[in-house]
Amino acid sequence: MTKEGTIFSVSGTGILVRGNDIDTDRIIPARYLREITFENLGPHAFEDDRKQLNGQHPFDDQRFNGARVLVVNRNFGSGSSREHAPQALMRHGISAIVGESFAEIFLGNCTVIGIPCLTLPSEQVESLQSLVEEAPDTVFSIDVSTGAISTGQATYQAQIPEAIQRAFTTGEWDALATLLEVDHEITDMHHGLPYISGWENH
Amino acid sequence: MGRTLLDKVWDAHAVRELPNGQTQLFIGLHLVHEVTSPQAFQMLRERGLKVRYPDRTFATVDHIIPTDGAERPFADGMAEQMFVTIEDNLAGTGIPFFTRAGGRQGIVHVIGPELGLTQPGMTIACGDSHTSTHGAFGSIAFGIGTSQVRDVLATQTMAVGKPLCRRITVDGKLAAGVYAKDVILAIIGKLGVQGGVGYAYEYAGEVFDGMTMDERMTVCNMSIEGGARVGYVNPDATTYAYVTGREYAPARNDLVKARAWWDAMASDEDAVYDDETELDGDSIPPMVTWGINPGQVVGVDAEIPSPADVEGPDRQSIQEALDHMQLRAGDSIAGTPIDVAFVGSCTNSRISDLREAARIVEGRRVPNQVKALAVPGSQRVKVEAEAEGLHEIFQSAGFEWREAGCSMCLAMNPDKLVADQICASSSNRNFKGRQGSPLGRTLLMSPAMVAAAAVAGEVVDVRSMITVAG
Repeated sequence: MTKEGTIFSVSGTGILVRGNDIDTDRIIPARYLREITFENLGPHAFEDDRKQLNGQHPFDDQRFNGARVLVVNRNFGSGSSREHAPQALMRHGISAIVGESFAEIFLGNCTVIGIPCLTLPSEQVESLQSLVEEAPDTVFSIDVSTGAISTGQATYQAQIPEAIQRAFTTGEWDALATLLEVDHEITDMHHGLPYISGWENH
Repeated sequence: MGRTLLDKVWDAHAVRELPNGQTQLFIGLHLVHEVTSPQAFQMLRERGLKVRYPDRTFATVDHIIPTDGAERPFADGMAEQMFVTIEDNLAGTGIPFFTRAGGRQGIVHVIGPELGLTQPGMTIACGDSHTSTHGAFGSIAFGIGTSQVRDVLATQTMAVGKPLCRRITVDGKLAAGVYAKDVILAIIGKLGVQGGVGYAYEYAGEVFDGMTMDERMTVCNMSIEGGARVGYVNPDATTYAYVTGREYAPARNDLVKARAWWDAMASDEDAVYDDETELDGDSIPPMVTWGINPGQVVGVDAEIPSPADVEGPDRQSIQEALDHMQLRAGDSIAGTPIDVAFVGSCTNSRISDLREAARIVEGRRVPNQVKALAVPGSQRVKVEAEAEGLHEIFQSAGFEWREAGCSMCLAMNPDKLVADQICASSSNRNFKGRQGSPLGRTLLMSPAMVAAAAVAGEVVDVRSMITVAG
């Protein structure tokens, strides 16, 4: 029996978004941050890019309906710290992202809401993107504990930082429960810092 | 072996190492605004949790707030709802809330330092990527997502991996007309928008040593645009002079002890860095972005690059940027006509930014076809600027003089570009659609360069407009 909340694998069909440095303003335009919940974000993922492509964006392509694995290029999710970006992707149905690299805050935000992000060298990312385009029914099976991505025909060995991989396999990707395990240690820290407890005692 | 400020601040705030290898890090100062906090408070309620240390969190409203009037209820219904939501969320928690009614409202990264909340040696977090600004004081400051805002509210800690440290040394002296903004744009131009991923940037050398705190804040602010979540300058006499006497700063009696602690946090002479790089301060020109990320930048006297100059995916990136910007490879960036000029944002809306911009526009006039905005970063900056008569200089030149807020940096309030307008902007991001119109175009530059572009109606080298003293 696995512990509640663990994520060992993700499987599903793929969808691709090509381009380096795709920022969080493009993933979810700022006007959708004028919200007090995350619930309504899904339909607005990549909204401005989609409008400009008149239905030619992958997020409007029927062939990719129901896709769970998003394949992207370099430095995906750069820019703003808005968790709205991975929330929008998650609510669109994305459960894992494979790319050449990710921006740091975006990667952390994905982790904390349960979306594993895995990295592959650029040529392998491109070959996965071509595969998604040519055979959109291909089911990707991602083993989060090893980083192996199987397409049925081939297996790619992706990287996932150890801390993040362990967060998924121990079910502790949503850190709050773990952070709440300690109490007096936090109190001690609060009392021990001179800028909080007062300089006169130091 | 010597240690960096990053090492020392980290160790002083590490509650424990987590089973996955990350650190449970105590956050000494937590700043909150209306955009990234509503869901965090909701999650706390769902779990039945309270704010652990309300005296370590401070809140304001900046992103959605209109800058053309202060009257409530706001005409913008969603802005009003978000204001009411943060008010309700804060009610009864004991978290101080800086609003216009109290005279201390402003962009979160302007008011934190201004009120003396931001101090050397602290860990700081805020649900906003430009939190790196506070590193100017020798603190370690992180932009975080909403779930981490929840974590900090509930536990005053967060789970985070320690970054590597890269020292960026800029020696020499900046030429007249070259500013902190140009230095950070030059750094991002050199290292790229992804170059800092996994690193904290330590800014060192004669150029940063000689900068004011306002200038250091501009540099640290844009660390995240280079991919570095954290950027800092070691604290020194300039830092201490700025902090001393501010509302939340240590009392005069405590300054000797505080300074000793702050001094001890600075990087050791023999500190070891994971990486080092250098730039020559003498040779940095005024910088202007030509593309759709802050790394796509050239000197104002340079040509817009061509996709043909590079190989591989970068070629496609340049072409995509040129298509969006409606610019031509090989053209000079100087001479590009503008529709809008914006002086403001957490990068460049402090008093010294407004002074430099005002110095350029004084006695000149913005042409009719250009819309120009000057937006102070906080109510206090506004009061200070008005006491110096800067508002009159801006207004007589044809600028609109506004209330404090994020304004046209990110289009969450009524200040937005329309259609494919092109804007000379002192803000931090030139992403597609950033300033509110999907087709809108942004040219990032220093406030003085924005002022020069505003009065010239096109991108122009500000060095041609200033008289060098002496």
